[in-house]
Amino acid sequence: MRFRGPKGSWWKFAILAPAALALTGCSGAYPESVFNPAGPVAADQLSLITLSFWLMMLVFAVVLALGIYAIVKFRARRGDDRKPSNFNNSPLLEALWILIPFIIIAVLAYVTVEDNFLISTNPPPQKSLQVDVIGHQFWWEFDYPSLGIVTANELHIPAGEKVNLHITSADVIHSFWIPRLAGKIDALPGYMNFMWIEAYKPGVYPGECAEFCGTGHADMRMRVIAETPAAFDAWVNQMKHPTSGDTALEKKGMADFATLTCATCHTIAGTPYTGKVGPNLTGLGLRQGIAADTLTNTPGHLAEWLHDPQAVKPGALMPNLGLSGSDIKALVAYLESLK
Amino acid sequence: MAAIAEPLGRARSRTYPQSGLLSYLTTVDHKKIGHVYIAASLFFFGVGGTEAFLMRLQLIRPGNTFISAATFNQLFTMHGTTMIFLAVMPFFIGFINSVVPLQIGARDVAFPRMNALSLWLFILGGLFLNSSWFLGGAPNAGWFNYAPISATAYNPGPGIDFYDLGLQLAGLGTLMTGVNFIATIVNMRAPGMSFMRMPLFTWTTLVTSVLILFAFPPLTVNLFLLMFDRLLGANFFNVTHGGNVLLWQNLFWIFGHPEVYILVLPAFGIFSEVFPTFSGKSLFGYDTMVWSIVAIGFLSFMVWTHHMFAVGMGPWVNSVFAITSMLIAVPTGVKIFNWIFTMWGGRVRFTTAQLFAVGFIPIFVIGGMTGVMLAAAPADLQFNNSYFVVAHMHYVMIGGSLFGILAGLHYWWPKITGKLMNETLGRWHFWLVFIGMNVVFMPMHFLGLLGMPRRVFTYSASLGPAVPILNQISTFGVVILIAGFLFLLWNIIWSFRRGEVAGPDPWDARTLEWSIPSPVPEYNFAAIPLVRGRDAWWVEKTEGNGELVAAKIPGAHNERGIHMPSPSWLPFVMALGLFVAAYGAIFGALPVIIVGLGTAVFCIYGFIVDNDKGYHVMPHGAVGEVGDK
Repeated sequence: MRFRGPKGSWWKFAILAPAALALTGCSGAYPESVFNPAGPVAADQLSLITLSFWLMMLVFAVVLALGIYAIVKFRARRGDDRKPSNFNNSPLLEALWILIPFIIIAVLAYVTVEDNFLISTNPPPQKSLQVDVIGHQFWWEFDYPSLGIVTANELHIPAGEKVNLHITSADVIHSFWIPRLAGKIDALPGYMNFMWIEAYKPGVYPGECAEFCGTGHADMRMRVIAETPAAFDAWVNQMKHPTSGDTALEKKGMADFATLTCATCHTIAGTPYTGKVGPNLTGLGLRQGIAADTLTNTPGHLAEWLHDPQAVKPGALMPNLGLSGSDIKALVAYLESLK
Repeated sequence: MAAIAEPLGRARSRTYPQSGLLSYLTTVDHKKIGHVYIAASLFFFGVGGTEAFLMRLQLIRPGNTFISAATFNQLFTMHGTTMIFLAVMPFFIGFINSVVPLQIGARDVAFPRMNALSLWLFILGGLFLNSSWFLGGAPNAGWFNYAPISATAYNPGPGIDFYDLGLQLAGLGTLMTGVNFIATIVNMRAPGMSFMRMPLFTWTTLVTSVLILFAFPPLTVNLFLLMFDRLLGANFFNVTHGGNVLLWQNLFWIFGHPEVYILVLPAFGIFSEVFPTFSGKSLFGYDTMVWSIVAIGFLSFMVWTHHMFAVGMGPWVNSVFAITSMLIAVPTGVKIFNWIFTMWGGRVRFTTAQLFAVGFIPIFVIGGMTGVMLAAAPADLQFNNSYFVVAHMHYVMIGGSLFGILAGLHYWWPKITGKLMNETLGRWHFWLVFIGMNVVFMPMHFLGLLGMPRRVFTYSASLGPAVPILNQISTFGVVILIAGFLFLLWNIIWSFRRGEVAGPDPWDARTLEWSIPSPVPEYNFAAIPLVRGRDAWWVEKTEGNGELVAAKIPGAHNERGIHMPSPSWLPFVMALGLFVAAYGAIFGALPVIIVGLGTAVFCIYGFIVDNDKGYHVMPHGAVGEVGDK
């Protein structure tokens, strides 16, 4: 089902919310829904959420039933001069509501501990791809040490395989969250964290930084692109042999990249540009999004971003270089030609 | 109250204002101090609520530009900090001050002047923190202010310093309140008031005070470390110089989790007074109620890393802390069932206070259930830092703490002011708040699970079509909540202008504070009572002759009347000195620091040399026999 959007009949939605969520949760309209896992870790976490939810509903039902009975049955009515009873303790009842919650907790604790070890057991490093994830204000760096590839904000992985992630931060604390693949793990400066993810099927799985990291936090997004092994290999190959366009405009853009100081901060593989402050732009033309996935990657959006980064993404650390229209045109042409 | 004040020694009492606004600056009377706490908390509650409303307006649609990212970050930081440190906690301290000495049959707290110092440190600390809005920007790193986003390198403005020193001031006051009430409750109970006869609100105050005593020092240490880093160039949290960012998190949550129970145990105490009073029955399972409070207090120090499941502590640590966190549900569940069974067989009168107590149960149970779900560490990795957590903590903090505050406010209002509130307005207030809070916070559970992280000034429409709608519903709920609180304001004004005189015991209640006039005379009890059972006042009403029996205390009776401590300017001036010194520290003005700290040291010296002889008050209409006649 489709909703007419914010100005439509929201009240109908309010009534239908639970059913609607259940329906749409599976239709792909919710790319970051925990209800719609696309990998074994998230699936495991969802089953624990479901178990704990129903256990708790059981408790809630008992509390509600007793509470409603008590307030209906024992409320003071007009002309009612009952004398309240002296029923003010019962070892049996009290033992009961110590013991039964204890049993419920024990069940949940058992499954919790089991899952804790399951999701913390990383696959053997020699058999799986390793990606180093480095959080920056306000973008994500992805390094493939075994492949010699560095990229940003779009994590390519082969579908159906476990991928080892080594996660840290270059500045403040961030948190890596791809809801449909796995829960969070923090990116901490001075620490290396580990997690593994797997996507059952090829697809695009967006996520975002989940630990407040400064002004640009809300726009620190990313996506995981899971591909068939063949497509993944093709992407790796392309990243290892980067190309750029050779029209006059694209060539001007490439020269401008140095003269306009872009190269101070950005690296582009296969060129002399090796700045280390901002995201690596190798293969930018292949990416689906720009500005930490806040905008789709189109020449128009890229021009908008180059014109005034802070307007697109408040708090962005890329300075507004005051680029002229013709500079921007050349840079966009060059950057979009990076494949 | 009409009482004859007879000064002793130097005619000190005449040099101090006896009534009016100025008298509040010098008072050491626990009741007046309590009233200032309550009034100031109401003010800060309004400030924190306004901040919340502005945030909800910004989030009404994706990509909204009503509030900038930088301002939004200040708003959510100040909303959390204000609500926790300046609204909820001091509101409870206000009730504790107003009621606990009365419940145990005492004349005042153990250290009346230190009590006044606590009050002024809280108020000036709160004003100091909020003055940051006008002096270079409010703190903007969230209420738990993680390192290193709070470090000068990432946060050069003075906001974080205001957070640091403001909480240091207010926290010092809270710490002294904890010491004061432990001393008061342990030492100053009237004869016959054994521990297992104490009213539950007094019990929760005792356990809360112990939590304060052990939980606040880690915060104090943490704030000092941060101050050293920011103002003196130390590197405790600076990774590039060997510092450690998890040091802050561990110290903060060793404070922060007990703090959650500091915010909710007094509410448990209030509900344990309200349910029996309006059911006409004594509390069900008194002993298990007491032991469950103690168990919760103990366990609250064993669970702090459940705030840190995502920092990568490994499966062993996460498992241990998951289990201890889940265990807290057991004593909490015991309390819920005991409250329900307090109504069982009773004659339940639905006054406004009782409505809040009953309404608390489903809301708090929902908050508790999501709490157990969050304790399941692998599941928490999905919930953590999402709107699900925002929903959870507001169900706990509103359903538990705020409903406790509102129940307590309506319950003790006649005792504090001597006038009744309007029950019709009270019912409107309750229903609007009850419905409003669910409309605001229920959708947030779903928002979190659809991928919306907390602390974002905006969100992407790509999260899905329900996300903007759920956000709109939530914002709409705030309007209902505001309407509810307007009814409270109306009721307060109505009560002052037209409220009926309450008399000493309008609710036919059970504990000692209801045995004395409303408002309570400055000496509290004309004669220290002898406590002859649990629910001490109920025992006298049902088994005695409806009057307190005076305890036989040698030397308690003096023909000149009741001995009272003198008012003093020292606490206020000392707090003011520290307040001024804190500004000096932030703006690097050494002379200001010296003047401020010098004033404070001078006042400490004043406390030592000032041999206060106090003064005597003649009680009117003394109750019962005076002991050593």
